[in-house]
Amino acid sequence: MAALSINNVCKTYANGTDVLKGINIAIEDGEFLILVGPSGCGKSTLLNMIAGLDDISSGDIAIGNKRVNELSPKDRDIAMVFQSYALYPSMTVRENISFGLEIRKTPRAEIDATVKRVAEMLQITHLLERKPGQMSGGQRQRVAMGRALARNPAIFLFDEPLSNLDAKLRVEMRTEIKLMHQRLKSTIVYVTHDQIEAMTLGDKIAVMKDGIVQQFGSPQEIYDNPANLFVAGFIGSPSMNFIPATVVQSGNDIGVKVCDDRGCVVLPLPHDQAKLANWVGKEVIFGIRPEQITDARTAYRDGLPVMACHIDVIEPTGPDTLVFVSLNNTKVCCRTHPTEAKYPGESMELVFDVSKAVLFDPKTEARIV
Amino acid sequence: MSGSSSRGRLSALADRWLPKLVLSPTLAASLIFVYGFIAWTGWLSFTESRLMPRYEWAGVVQYQALFENERWWTAAANLGLFGGLFILFCLLVGLLMAVLLDQKIRAEGALRTVYLYPMALSFVVTGTAWKWMLNPDMGLQKVVVDLGFTDFTFDWLVNPDMSIYTVVIAGVWQSSGFVMALFLAGLRGIDDSIIKAAQVDGASLPTIYRRILIPSLRPVFFSVLLILSHIAIKSFDLVMALTGGGPGNSSDVPAIFMYQFAFTRGQLGVGAASAMMMLFTIVAVLVPLMYMETRSAKRV
Amino acid sequence: MFKNLTVGRALVYAALLLMAIYYLLPLYVMLTTSFKSLDDIREGNMLALPQLWQGGAWSKAWAEACTGVECNGMQGFFWNSIKMTLPAVAISTLLGAVNGYVVSMWRFKGSDALFTMLLVGCFIPFQVVLLPMAQLLGYLGLANTTAGLVLVHVVYGTAFTTLFFRNFYITVPDELVKAARIDGAGFWTIFFRILLPISGPIFVVCIIWQFTQIWNDFLFGVVFAAGESQPITVALNNLVNTSTGVKEYNVDMAAAIIAALPTLFVYMVAGRYFVRGLTAGAVKG
Repeated sequence: MAALSINNVCKTYANGTDVLKGINIAIEDGEFLILVGPSGCGKSTLLNMIAGLDDISSGDIAIGNKRVNELSPKDRDIAMVFQSYALYPSMTVRENISFGLEIRKTPRAEIDATVKRVAEMLQITHLLERKPGQMSGGQRQRVAMGRALARNPAIFLFDEPLSNLDAKLRVEMRTEIKLMHQRLKSTIVYVTHDQIEAMTLGDKIAVMKDGIVQQFGSPQEIYDNPANLFVAGFIGSPSMNFIPATVVQSGNDIGVKVCDDRGCVVLPLPHDQAKLANWVGKEVIFGIRPEQITDARTAYRDGLPVMACHIDVIEPTGPDTLVFVSLNNTKVCCRTHPTEAKYPGESMELVFDVSKAVLFDPKTEARIV
Repeated sequence: MSGSSSRGRLSALADRWLPKLVLSPTLAASLIFVYGFIAWTGWLSFTESRLMPRYEWAGVVQYQALFENERWWTAAANLGLFGGLFILFCLLVGLLMAVLLDQKIRAEGALRTVYLYPMALSFVVTGTAWKWMLNPDMGLQKVVVDLGFTDFTFDWLVNPDMSIYTVVIAGVWQSSGFVMALFLAGLRGIDDSIIKAAQVDGASLPTIYRRILIPSLRPVFFSVLLILSHIAIKSFDLVMALTGGGPGNSSDVPAIFMYQFAFTRGQLGVGAASAMMMLFTIVAVLVPLMYMETRSAKRV
Repeated sequence: MFKNLTVGRALVYAALLLMAIYYLLPLYVMLTTSFKSLDDIREGNMLALPQLWQGGAWSKAWAEACTGVECNGMQGFFWNSIKMTLPAVAISTLLGAVNGYVVSMWRFKGSDALFTMLLVGCFIPFQVVLLPMAQLLGYLGLANTTAGLVLVHVVYGTAFTTLFFRNFYITVPDELVKAARIDGAGFWTIFFRILLPISGPIFVVCIIWQFTQIWNDFLFGVVFAAGESQPITVALNNLVNTSTGVKEYNVDMAAAIIAALPTLFVYMVAGRYFVRGLTAGAVKG
């Protein structure tokens, strides 16, 4: 196991497009790093550069304390699990798992022991003599993990390993990967476009867009304290509500003014009043997550602002019912208790937990408070 | 430790250079044998080379000689006539057979085998076979006469006005099965749900073919056109075996013209000039076709 | 079973059958003629079966028929063609496999352009290379030799074989190569251990295509080989177009079938792959 540090790494293609524009990420030995972002954000390119499959245009990548920029993939002490699994079609599962060890001239007895151990751990012993073509997607996925595990590398690299599985299997494998990480304390870099995978698996998440790390931190930090509008909208499901609003002074409080078709209220904000004072009278984007707009029963704290809103649509999900209302001409999603939710056309009292709400500058999309 | 890392660098270097190294003999061969030789032929066509190659620049004398040569124009006209008819009939026959074969036919495999076997034959064999079939004394003419049509004559093979058409007959026989195979593969590649949607819309089978299936074969159509024109322009062996360019020069084509001037008449310069003209013809026909092919492929 | 047999379908079948007869007729005529006596040919009908089945034309075509000055039949030329075709097919196929591997799996800056440059070799009319090639073969002392023909066929066949293998290998996910590189395999290990084991079908397609092309070639044969070293297609043409003596159509037909047998045999045995080769060669844009 080893730490990984990525210092000011850039990637420019031959045709002049900048795919990565100065990436800085460092994780400790044994940490689980997630690279997440929409397609085209450069996350897979970055992973390929860590693996040595893509050249680095400038900057450094170090595994442990060793700079690896010029090393070929096989000398970097890494293993990788691919989206398509990339199992060698002409080899049996056993041969697939032992291939990398064989190339490295590991003694036969040791190879056999390793294959046995890995196969038992992943419960694929009964598949060892099969070829990839004779297995289901889930089984192939396990074999691909086994191939990586057998090598016992300094760093595991995962390139969207679960995206070809069906929804149920994906959740199961997610848990298994997490268990594996907890047991082996391995250093992992994991690429995904799925923010739920990112939240559930990572110790650290790097949210990427347009070749730039938008925010790097723990899942909870990123969820609670998004650095900008993009991160706030990308992480969390259903997404954070973004309501265009004006900052107003009302008495001693500074708040945002929200209106529906019957009237307006001011939601006072408990944030840094000095910062807010600069924005009085200006347009901002008021960000508030669905679970922070809820019914009086769920919001057990007193003293929070309440507003009666006209319900447009409801979507029961089972544990919660999502209620959609319209504020400042924007569709707003609220997460309420199923028994408290009213019906479309009716009015419902909604409690706004403004303590966790955030404000963004509509021009720069940067966080205000 | 430093040893293993310098070895690592070496193998990274090997991975970088080996692919280029492996490709280089073929690239060198292509540079010499394709590009170099074209340049060489091009140069020869601007010299006074006759029996032996000479390398002094002489301007366009050989092209002048070529364009003043009646035989060259016969060959060029024959190529146009043969190429046009050959392509037209191959397309018609091939498309018709593909559509017919697409009707869930019993023994489709056997029929396909029959239609396609001529493609495995050498053009020389095809030429030999048809030369015998079209023999005016003992071939098909005699068969029809024996049936009682005593006035029937079919002497195209020895008739200078008609001899080029015998090349069309044999050429279509050899290549139309291939066109069928390409169109059939194209038809089978069309998404089934499109046909179902058309059926639900109430379209009849002929309408479905005419309005939906055949138009969506556009890219295949261009590939076929590309291949057929290529075959036509290069055609040499079929004509050699079937008519030898005769009677007289009546079924001459540029490929035969080039061969005879360059290799049996000792007129290297004219031969080189005619070869260059063939190259220009191929480029002039193929480049627009390829352009249209890629465009139509993108659209579909 | 006859429920679906409407008039329309009957017409379809009739048309297809008629076409089948059109395609089979020359083969039938060739075969029957080759077993007829010359008198039978002169007096009888071309479509009739032989009155007396005779193999004489076949043995004459194989061992005695005159192809120009020589009168040793087709046998020597048949072996010439074998000696030319087998090495040329083997070498061009192997080269194509390795080249295709490079241009699909190890792309580097400019490799696509180089591949396009190679492809041009598939399209040129070979007439533009005949004169320099004849000169070069003369310098190398390879004029009128089988080795010279092998060289020519390898040089101009490799563009096609490269295309075949490249088109096959680009359907193989390149993550496979990435995985193998991470596992520590190098350029050749990946080729031999990962890709070759799955390349069986494309090898068959490519070998059949090259075999048919090279066996059936006439242009290179007639230009670069003379006399003893001629391939069978050239010999057949000489035999058929020899104007001296009595025209022996039965011998001509037997010789034509002998020249066609190897490729026909391949077609019968591996027709499926043959068609795939034709279509793959066709989609070369």
